[in-house]
Amino acid sequence: MAGYRFSVSIMPREGILDPAGKAVEAALPELHADNVHEVRVGRRVELTVESESADSARATVDSLAADFLANPLIERWEISAL
Amino acid sequence: MKVAVVVFPGSNCDRDALHAVELAGADGELVWHETTDLHGADAVILPGGFAHGDYLRAGAIARFSPIMAAVRAHAQRGGLLLGICNGFQVLTEAGLLPGVLRRNATLRFEHRWVRLAVARPDTPFTSRIPAGVTLRMPIAHGEGNYWLPDDQLDELEAAGRVVFRYAGPEGNPNGSARDIAGVIDATGRVCGLMPHPERASEALLGSDDGMLLMRSLVESVATAPARVEVAA
Repeated sequence: MAGYRFSVSIMPREGILDPAGKAVEAALPELHADNVHEVRVGRRVELTVESESADSARATVDSLAADFLANPLIERWEISAL
Repeated sequence: MKVAVVVFPGSNCDRDALHAVELAGADGELVWHETTDLHGADAVILPGGFAHGDYLRAGAIARFSPIMAAVRAHAQRGGLLLGICNGFQVLTEAGLLPGVLRRNATLRFEHRWVRLAVARPDTPFTSRIPAGVTLRMPIAHGEGNYWLPDDQLDELEAAGRVVFRYAGPEGNPNGSARDIAGVIDATGRVCGLMPHPERASEALLGSDDGMLLMRSLVESVATAPARVEVAA
């Protein structure tokens, strides 16, 4: 058994309202950052999976991401090995 | 006639819900989320609050609380199950109700009085509400913006599963699709809504309209009505 570490980056799907992104963008003029647009805010989860192989560890993260870490209705996600 | 009110870590409307069901004539019991049975309850309420801190997403972690297996089994037996605010969010995350409660379109935590039109007066949750009456109740949520893809919203409406809609003059407080404030499942026995009937349970609080819902729930159990007809 070895420990495999991953990150899961979760973002609101395109076209889905992102109030957090909007709120951040609304603050930008105060920083004179008028040239910054299309702010989207997501979240990132990092985790370690104890597993026999990198493939089975990855499969565990795939299933966790789809069933729990993200809501597939409104979010998409990317998994990276760390 | 007993109503169990589930207490998650972070629930904060559990005692209010208990008070309201007792006012409606039922015996109420608070049931801690780590217990695995509902102590023989005839109906179950998942109350408002911030279960498990609402970490990850509102309701996402509560879905895995030990009590939820019993809650799911209760619903599968046709038991009445009501989710209020955070309880509604838990029911959607658990897959017991369709849809998702997104962050409010207003970018704010909305806490104020709203008005509800009753789209389905013939459910166990609305049977005591006089026809044509709109209900005045408070909301208090950051994620109450109901959403489903348009085709699924069409199906939900066609099946008569929208029970409550935000109505004027206050109108839609959070950007919810098609002004949806509450829905039922395909059996008509599981209901979720964002407004708080338990916070509108006595005139002293500014409204007792919520008692119409609570009395409907309690009396529906007592009289065991036929199942609500909803299209597949």
